[in-house]
Amino acid sequence: MSNSPPRSQPPLAAPPGGAAASLGRPGGSSERLVQLEVLRYNPDTDTEARFQRYEVVCQEEWVVLDALNKIKADIDPTLNYRWSCHMAVCGSCGMMINGEPKLSCHAFLREYEGVIRVEPLAHFPVERDLVTAPDDFMEKLKRVKPYVIPKEKKPISEGEYKQTPAQLMKFRQYSMCINCMLCYAACPQYGLTPTFIGPAALTLAHRYNLDSRDGGRKERQEIVATHEGVWECTFVGACSEVCPAHVDPASALQQMKITSSIDWIVEHLIPGGKSARDTVSREDAGDIS
Amino acid sequence: MSRRPLVRECPPTTWYFRQPRYLRYMSREITSIFVGAYCVLLVVGLQRLSAGPAAWEAFLLGLRSADSIVFHLLALAAASYHAATWFNATQKAMPVQIGEDFVPGNLISGAHYVAWAVLSAVILYLAGVF
Repeated sequence: MSNSPPRSQPPLAAPPGGAAASLGRPGGSSERLVQLEVLRYNPDTDTEARFQRYEVVCQEEWVVLDALNKIKADIDPTLNYRWSCHMAVCGSCGMMINGEPKLSCHAFLREYEGVIRVEPLAHFPVERDLVTAPDDFMEKLKRVKPYVIPKEKKPISEGEYKQTPAQLMKFRQYSMCINCMLCYAACPQYGLTPTFIGPAALTLAHRYNLDSRDGGRKERQEIVATHEGVWECTFVGACSEVCPAHVDPASALQQMKITSSIDWIVEHLIPGGKSARDTVSREDAGDIS
Repeated sequence: MSRRPLVRECPPTTWYFRQPRYLRYMSREITSIFVGAYCVLLVVGLQRLSAGPAAWEAFLLGLRSADSIVFHLLALAAASYHAATWFNATQKAMPVQIGEDFVPGNLISGAHYVAWAVLSAVILYLAGVF
């Protein structure tokens, strides 16, 4: 990967009165000169990260990702970042924008004043510039078995596993996760204790625990009901505040704490209270209507 | 291309200054100190009560001091804030589903506020306040 010097931007006089001043254009959408301070890190040459400032002319309706694309196309082709869909669906373009975890395709420039600071997602190792290494999240995601483990396996010839709309609604909200990892960047517990399984992975475990077709809760509890699981969560609630898909991971984790506590009480305090996890699992996934 | 990711540590003692929401969280957690201190005060009161009338009267006299009144006001404010944060959280931790719909969260939290008010009134009544 080359790291050639940045090319200069087409000449443009910086307007007085701030870094993001509006440049009205008769007959078209207004433009503004935006200053972005982007964290740069090249593992081949750098020992630490540094900020690089760019000035770029943007359309009023642009998002931060558009500004980065403009920088890469016209000013500095060495800038690295991930993106794909540009519509808050793929979850690829998560970054810290003025210290807040955001999808850069969902962060409108008009909502910011002054210099916009763009950094890679917090709490993840930086591969290069704004690109982080998601390996830890991917490994944890696998550990919670985020897939339906049928209670009773049956041959395809017996047909599909049916589900009522009410049973679907019980977990639907938690199935909306786009794996953007903003919740991990917002969670101070994950930053301080990297062994924490974390909001998104635990929420997906909850999603499948609540699924009426699933019987895998007992297996997931080996990960979920541990100090690295839900009990590492201290309910800061930042995960839910930054979630672009309104999944509300904080609610999932608090619900899992309650069911895990019930498990413990049944197993340890009630005589003959065996297989509590299985019992709760059936309640979680059972008929609602 | 070498792979040498840059690890940026989360500052262990100053992380909560990064975001206002982290400060709100810490303020919620700090209120538990006052809640805990008040529980200790109640235990001490019970111990004084068991020690006889003289010890109990001395304890009551101590409660009327200016320092004690300031502490009680602080503890009341802290306990109220602490309770409010948890009542607001109940709608996340205890959703109620009826058919395909969920009961509005405000109703769940609101029910806790109502229960709080009713129980407080009962305790004040039993204490002879009104």
